[in-house]
Amino acid sequence: MELTGAQIVVQFLEDEGVDIIFGYPGGAVLHIYDALYTQDAVKHILVRHEQAATHAADAYARSTGKVGVALVTSGPGATNAVTGIATAYLDSIPMVVLTGQVPTHLIGNDAFQEVDTLGITRPCVKHNFLVKDVADLAETLKKAFYLAASGRPGPVVVDIPKDVTAARTEYVFPKSVKMRSYNPVVKGHTGQIKKAVDLMLEAKRPMIYTGGGVVLGGAAEALTELTRELGFPITNTLMGLGGYPATDPQFLGMLGMHGTYEANMAMHHCDVLVAIGARFDDRVTGNIEKFCPTARIIHVDVDPASIAKNVKVDIPIVGQVEPVLRQALRLLRESGGKSDAEALKAWWDQIGEWRSLDCLKYDPASERIKPQLVVDTLYRVTGGDAFVTSDVGQHQMFAAQFYKFDKPRRWINSGGLGTMGFGLPAAMGVQFAHPDATVCCITGEGSIQMNIQELSTCRQYALPLKIINLNNGFLGMVRQWQEFFYQGRYAQSYMESLPDFVKLAESYGHVGMQISRPEDVEPALREAIALKDRLVFMDFLVDPTENVYPMIPAGAGLNEMILV
Amino acid sequence: MRHIISILMENEAGALSRVAGLFSARGYNIESLTVAPTEDPTVSRMTLVTSGSEEIIEQITKQLNKLVDVVKLLDLTEGPHMEREMMLIKLRATGTGREELKRLVDIFRGRIIEVTASTYTVELTGNSGKLDAFLEAVGELVILEVVRSGVLGIARGEKGLRA
Repeated sequence: MELTGAQIVVQFLEDEGVDIIFGYPGGAVLHIYDALYTQDAVKHILVRHEQAATHAADAYARSTGKVGVALVTSGPGATNAVTGIATAYLDSIPMVVLTGQVPTHLIGNDAFQEVDTLGITRPCVKHNFLVKDVADLAETLKKAFYLAASGRPGPVVVDIPKDVTAARTEYVFPKSVKMRSYNPVVKGHTGQIKKAVDLMLEAKRPMIYTGGGVVLGGAAEALTELTRELGFPITNTLMGLGGYPATDPQFLGMLGMHGTYEANMAMHHCDVLVAIGARFDDRVTGNIEKFCPTARIIHVDVDPASIAKNVKVDIPIVGQVEPVLRQALRLLRESGGKSDAEALKAWWDQIGEWRSLDCLKYDPASERIKPQLVVDTLYRVTGGDAFVTSDVGQHQMFAAQFYKFDKPRRWINSGGLGTMGFGLPAAMGVQFAHPDATVCCITGEGSIQMNIQELSTCRQYALPLKIINLNNGFLGMVRQWQEFFYQGRYAQSYMESLPDFVKLAESYGHVGMQISRPEDVEPALREAIALKDRLVFMDFLVDPTENVYPMIPAGAGLNEMILV
Repeated sequence: MRHIISILMENEAGALSRVAGLFSARGYNIESLTVAPTEDPTVSRMTLVTSGSEEIIEQITKQLNKLVDVVKLLDLTEGPHMEREMMLIKLRATGTGREELKRLVDIFRGRIIEVTASTYTVELTGNSGKLDAFLEAVGELVILEVVRSGVLGIARGEKGLRA
């Protein structure tokens, strides 16, 4: 059938199985909005700022595994989306962002609301396209979805000039697409996997270290089976939390700069390191010269460029994490080999000693509310079953340390780019994907103000989010570094003139609460969670001097943590 | 170490800037870069000269391979290969020096492709070392203008790079 470009965009989204998109209209995308108006299959969520559209689409993807979709106009619409695109890029999130563009004959003319969207987004997308001919539109969209979701996922931008959305052509849904220049690896090399299994069985002090790739690759189950079969200790990166059940005794907690003592010490002292879907980020390795000095390293990753980028690897395996782990499990069972039980026992004894330091302890009897207490209590009150989004800073680390994620796709945070302002729009995206779930946004008074306008979106769509604002009156992580490394010169890290968050929430039509005493934390959280159909903004006035411990200072190794 | 990397790319607008952007964003060196169409109109071929440790070169080739527009890639320096660069050079050619310059051009197997009363324009092809040697031989004083094509390379024998 013959359709306009705008109709093709909308019909394609429906045919591709997209039921929800996040966006904001503007001149260059008016035809597309008009096409959206006349149908019901694709629901459009009107945000209050394009950055929020991309974060919401991103979090929708993170919590479902489907491709998230955002639609923004040209010029400022596109530039506002860039932070969200970069956020998705650094965390390898499958997302398609449709950007309007000025009509083709005006491109390059400094036209009204024109920017070089392709040029601006190029360094922070997996790929991007400018559609110059309506005849190419459907196939380009198909390519965008295929690229976003396959291999190492990532955001793809499709820039569509306004005249292309008005032009007409015959539309047929392209069921599949082939690109000769893009052939992501699926299965790992059997010989390499065999070698890896042999090395794992030789290990005396093994350690499994997994990242976001396990969550993205749907490999949590396979990982759990393999880890239990081997009896090895395991740690997750910030992005990998939920990839292995956090309440399992083999789990040592998160590793890295604010990871647990036992996880980091086990990393440092291990003799075989099994890295799965993780990329040896600087926040994980600490000083790379001092990283895992005695370990032989196995690295499984879908992206060959992630392997041997930061550390030398003994057994590289390129492939999708899930099939690789399944094959490893098969080979392990076929070989009939067993882990070295005696060595493992000694290793677990050592780990037990490190664990006994209880590195995450805090003072629960403090007169001020400790931020850790809030997260700890939230975990209990929600039975560990909530979706938790976070912003960036101390509260993010407390959330990662104290909320024990047993399932993947429950912990939604900007790990790579560290985008303040991510938490609230991300929570919206999650709630749209899981309307009946409890969705909590753990944030701080700095971060929440970076996308506070989305409280209005939440009102429009009656999203019953629970916002946990750990308000310490400081940009806490900045303050912590200034305390440690700048002799307490708190340059611009104090948040003056804060709004009254309770009234602010109420003015948007939500429920506001302020909690200042530790004994009120649990009743307040229980009350808020019980309010199933209302957004509750909980402003917790927490101890402003609290720091995130343990901590690896910059330049130090994983065995050189500051404990308290 | 110096590497010559040949890349076949989809002939799409912006493909060149993806490669150039990758090098600047990740802080890799580009010594020279040439790009032109091939016998297959759907691809263009880029020859890129870069340098770095083995680890860096490995990352460069992996990152280039990751670009969606890159169809194929070959590090020519890993096997037997030939390289050529072309140079056009305008020289001040007056008085007694004029005859001497002509002799130098002959020795280097260059060709004088334009003559005026006061200048020669010379075309010279070879590997980059030969071009450098010619520049040194004629001396700075007579050089008016230098244009170099950047390095082209091709593998020897049956080995090749085809889409």
